[in-house]
Amino acid sequence: MAGPDPKGGGGRFLVLGIPYLWLIVFFLIPFLIVLKISFSTTAIAIPPYTPAIDFAQGLTAVWEQAKEFTTDNYVWLTEDALYWKAYLESLWIALVSTFLVLLIGYPLAYGMARAPARWRPTLVMMVILPFWTSFLIRVYAWIGILKPEGLLNQVLLAVGVIDEPLVITGTNLAVYIGIVYSYLPFMVLPLYAALERQDQTLLEAAADLGCRPIESFWKITFPLSLPGVVAGCFLVFIPAVGEFVIPDLLGGSGTLMIGRTLWNEFFLNRDWPVASAVAVILLLVLVVPIVIFQNQQKKNEERLR
Amino acid sequence: MAADKAIGPIRRSFAPWNDPKARPFIEFRNVTKRFGDFTAVDHLSLGIYEREFFALLGPSGCGKTTLMRMIAGFEEPTEGHVLLDGQDLVGVPPYRRPTNMMFQSYALFPHMSVWDNIAFGLKQDKMPKPEIAARVEEMLALVKLGPFARRKPHQLSGGQKQRVALARSLAKKPKVLLLDEPLGALDKKLREETQFELTDLQMKLGMTFIIVTHDQEEAMTVADRIAVMDHGKIVQVATPAEIYELPNSRYVADFIGDINLIEGRLAPAAGNGARLECAGTGATVETSQPVEAAPGSEAWFAIRPEKVTIGLEPPADPTKNALKGTVWDIGYLGDVSIYHVRLATGATVKATIANRTRLVERPITWEDEVWLSWSRDGGVVLTR
Repeated sequence: MAGPDPKGGGGRFLVLGIPYLWLIVFFLIPFLIVLKISFSTTAIAIPPYTPAIDFAQGLTAVWEQAKEFTTDNYVWLTEDALYWKAYLESLWIALVSTFLVLLIGYPLAYGMARAPARWRPTLVMMVILPFWTSFLIRVYAWIGILKPEGLLNQVLLAVGVIDEPLVITGTNLAVYIGIVYSYLPFMVLPLYAALERQDQTLLEAAADLGCRPIESFWKITFPLSLPGVVAGCFLVFIPAVGEFVIPDLLGGSGTLMIGRTLWNEFFLNRDWPVASAVAVILLLVLVVPIVIFQNQQKKNEERLR
Repeated sequence: MAADKAIGPIRRSFAPWNDPKARPFIEFRNVTKRFGDFTAVDHLSLGIYEREFFALLGPSGCGKTTLMRMIAGFEEPTEGHVLLDGQDLVGVPPYRRPTNMMFQSYALFPHMSVWDNIAFGLKQDKMPKPEIAARVEEMLALVKLGPFARRKPHQLSGGQKQRVALARSLAKKPKVLLLDEPLGALDKKLREETQFELTDLQMKLGMTFIIVTHDQEEAMTVADRIAVMDHGKIVQVATPAEIYELPNSRYVADFIGDINLIEGRLAPAAGNGARLECAGTGATVETSQPVEAAPGSEAWFAIRPEKVTIGLEPPADPTKNALKGTVWDIGYLGDVSIYHVRLATGATVKATIANRTRLVERPITWEDEVWLSWSRDGGVVLTR
């Protein structure tokens, strides 16, 4: 690569190489290991699966070991309803949460983008502020708020709205509250970026051509903010599908999300191969939306170029 | 086109502002607009007539854009009234006003094609679809953008965007078209072409056009009348010729074109017109245009460089409408040359001479003693 490139190919190769190296070391190699384990069989050993490929024994030995690979784990995932129910419930919870986050985040971002220019940095700061506290601590704080003897119930009981404490923790409602709260900034920030750079004279032009403010919103503001909506939805949806901490701490035994199922397989059953298969399928489920997202981004770039 | 020819003579006699029976189509009645401490428009009254091409001219911050935005409805007057066809516009939102605006930035909707941009206002009016299609085609033909109908704004050049913006603002056939610095982003040649197209279009469509500009040439080219503004007030409203030939103040004289200003004191006029004793030179200026000020008060003689004659010999009567000086500098511009002549007082007077002959044959050169002279109609005496 160096040699004929007039722009100093060596340096260029290095700069381009770093992200690829990063991806290979921290994504591709771990993924290949997980993929390999997902085709193995569980065993009472260290590591707890066979075959444990040992390249030191030479290629022939590796080939012999590779013959032991099996797709049993994937077949197992289709046979036990637990898994596909967990996948579906995860997707559903993530989808509903994303919708709720959009519903709350859009007005928030809109208000921020239309606030006087000197307030905006402060408002953005306030959206980012929760990140300064550990995610785990914030989820625990929600337990303190939502539990039967928690803050919310105390206030509602004191005001007299309810006679006995509401049971929120341990239900899907608590999971929704947790996800909506935790992921709101990921929706608000791209939306704010999209709304803030919109040219306000476009709204004047629309008004001039006979548009009431509410019509202008749906015909001008919203369509032009769609790249922000798409970005925000993916930033919320993708991590929400695999969410583990929130359903584990706020959800109950009835909350069947795939992140928790994976954790159980790995740490409780010590079934690394099945846990790996769960992870591989989860990755596939999420790669599809990512690809759609990237295509969408490409289209938007072409449109705005 | 036959129609265009027919308009010519009508146009020449088009002067409703001189007709005492004519009622203004748009009227500002003692309008004031304040933004906080800043007064953008200051107790301003103005009438604009139907089918007029009216220009609001002034430097940035003079209130011309605010004035236009009050017609469109984007700003409401702090005091006073804006009337359109006799009806008070105050409180009427922009989307209910029969005016359309072409924005300085064009403000084309980036997510819509050229076609959809032009159709936007028509769809808003719930016009039947076949009529919308017909009107959009008509507008595309008018601005010669037929082949670009499916393009998005970002795929167009600056001149094409400007045409789409124009077509969009004309599509609803508004009673009044507002043009906010419409040609500012175009290069000089395209701008000049478009100026003539605009006047053509305005005559063809018979709408009232109001243009905001800081470019005096643009205002002169397109407008029937020009309002020269300064600090929220109108200094003069008149036809381009009047503004140029008979400015009412040094501000207007200086803003439009090039002008020589010579200070002096008013003397009692002999007959019609005005007489001015120029300070330091001993020269007397007599003009045919009378002034309303007491003799002895301070005044300025204003004359355009092209109305000054320059010669080596003194004129017949060197005491009247003549000044003596030395050629200080000659600016050669190709078609004309500008002679900078320094007077005994140290002031410089500019005289423009058309270059009818080639450079080598001209007799006047640097350091020559010359006489500057002009006719009684050449300049005006200004008292403010």
